[in-house]
Amino acid sequence: MSIIEVENLKYRYPDLTDLVLDDLSFSVEKGECLGIVGENTAGKSTLCYALAGLIPHFYKGAYGGKVTVNGLVVREHEIAEIVENIGLVFENPFSQMTGAKKTVYEEVAFGLENLGLDRKEMHRRIEQYLKLLDVFGLKDKNPFDLSGGQMQRVAIASVLAMEPDVLILDEPTSQLDPQGSREVFEVIEQLTEKGMTIILVEHKMEQIAQYADRVLLLHQGRQVALDTPEKIFSRPDLKGFGVTPPVVTNISKALNVRYPDSELFPVTIEAFKRLEEAK
Amino acid sequence: MNTFELKDVAFSYSPDIQIFDGLDLSFDSRTTAIVGQNGAGKTTLVKLMKGLLKPSKGTLLIDGESIAKETAAQLSRRVGLVFQNPNDQIFKTNVLEEVMFGPLNIGMSRSEAEKAAREALQKVDLESKVDDNPYDLSLSERKLIALASILAMDTEMVIFDEPTMGQDFAGKEKIKAIIEELNTEGKLVLCILHDMDFAAEAFERTVVMNQGEIILDGQTRDVFSKKEVLEKAYLEQPYVTQIAHALGYNESFIHESELIAFLNKNA
Repeated sequence: MSIIEVENLKYRYPDLTDLVLDDLSFSVEKGECLGIVGENTAGKSTLCYALAGLIPHFYKGAYGGKVTVNGLVVREHEIAEIVENIGLVFENPFSQMTGAKKTVYEEVAFGLENLGLDRKEMHRRIEQYLKLLDVFGLKDKNPFDLSGGQMQRVAIASVLAMEPDVLILDEPTSQLDPQGSREVFEVIEQLTEKGMTIILVEHKMEQIAQYADRVLLLHQGRQVALDTPEKIFSRPDLKGFGVTPPVVTNISKALNVRYPDSELFPVTIEAFKRLEEAK
Repeated sequence: MNTFELKDVAFSYSPDIQIFDGLDLSFDSRTTAIVGQNGAGKTTLVKLMKGLLKPSKGTLLIDGESIAKETAAQLSRRVGLVFQNPNDQIFKTNVLEEVMFGPLNIGMSRSEAEKAAREALQKVDLESKVDDNPYDLSLSERKLIALASILAMDTEMVIFDEPTMGQDFAGKEKIKAIIEELNTEGKLVLCILHDMDFAAEAFERTVVMNQGEIILDGQTRDVFSKKEVLEKAYLEQPYVTQIAHALGYNESFIHESELIAFLNKNA
């Protein structure tokens, strides 16, 4: 059984007439990194909420189909039970902070207290994940005194500390400088190597091309395609879905640098270079 | 407004950490991007320019006149700041009211404010959402609402703090068009960015800050050609520039189209 199974998922927010998620069906394997791309109204964040159980438990509305995470049918289990299986890092890290805690340390502890862990284990995890995200030095600071980039790292650490099997990242590095962004992605790569499953929503297609094993292309709540980054970014109709491929793929298209005997273009600089040199 | 200058500015939040010490920087009609590591002092700089913080030393001048005596309220008519996090800015329960708040606050009549607000919402393509609650909108839409609120105030200078966060291709193109339009209208435009590709694409001038100091300042193309200096500031070159270098070309490219044209010519 796949770690995530989505079957005919449909969802509409209360008071709205259009489906935001319209008949999605796909599965994700353990240890896989799935990228989700699409324009702003495609339903990416809504899908993240549905995977994490915020839909239908927190956001009501019309819900159809079935989402299963780690064998749990999301609709039938409480959020408290779901969070141990799947963790969501919000697009806006300010939304992640509880506002109830005075220090970064307590902020991370908050989620763990709800898991009912013993104190020793809690302290171990808080220290480990704050260090992993390089924010242990900020542990005594007030979360709301942090910069956007620091808050983003704390938000990721507080979700990781719950040690979920699946981690959903909705634009995880939007507030980080390029170096910080690279560091966070290195952490993500280490986690997938250890078997964690990652769902990654990103507008920077270069990041998707580099880290995602497969890419789900959404448009107006519908699933357009689910395939390798090369197949998705080589699609001639991609722009029609509000998505531009990585710069290197655009350049490859213009210069007709492609994989031998195929319609596919490279999606990373390394692959582009290899194909150029082989010409 | 023709220029906004900072002369010999010093500032610190606490006595042991000096953020700026003798900062000299001026802004003119060139659209300017400020890039730099988290903690480089970018947001502090714009808070000083908005009068939300006061320098411990030095002067800030608009068109050569010191603004030391102007209050933050007076400055807000001249310098608009679009916050990084729209939730820091948005507090009304109706989009139109939200966008009208700034104009009303600087003394426009209700009808003027409504006209300005509707025009600004049109510029960000959200005129259909006038009656919505901003909190029912997505983060990217809320960012555009926050942007419209500042546009509606018609300030002489507009400062953006990370406007491309959460924006897709169309959203970025929209913001790019707004920046160009503001520049054509003769307004000063300054933008804090982490997105090097957007900086390369949309701005004439780029300033690189590192630990409160300006380490590069010039034409965007020249600034992004300085790989070693950028790396020292924990920054990267735009993807287009990186690709050209990976292919062994030393020329500095900052637009996709020019690299394609160059490679086609050399093929």
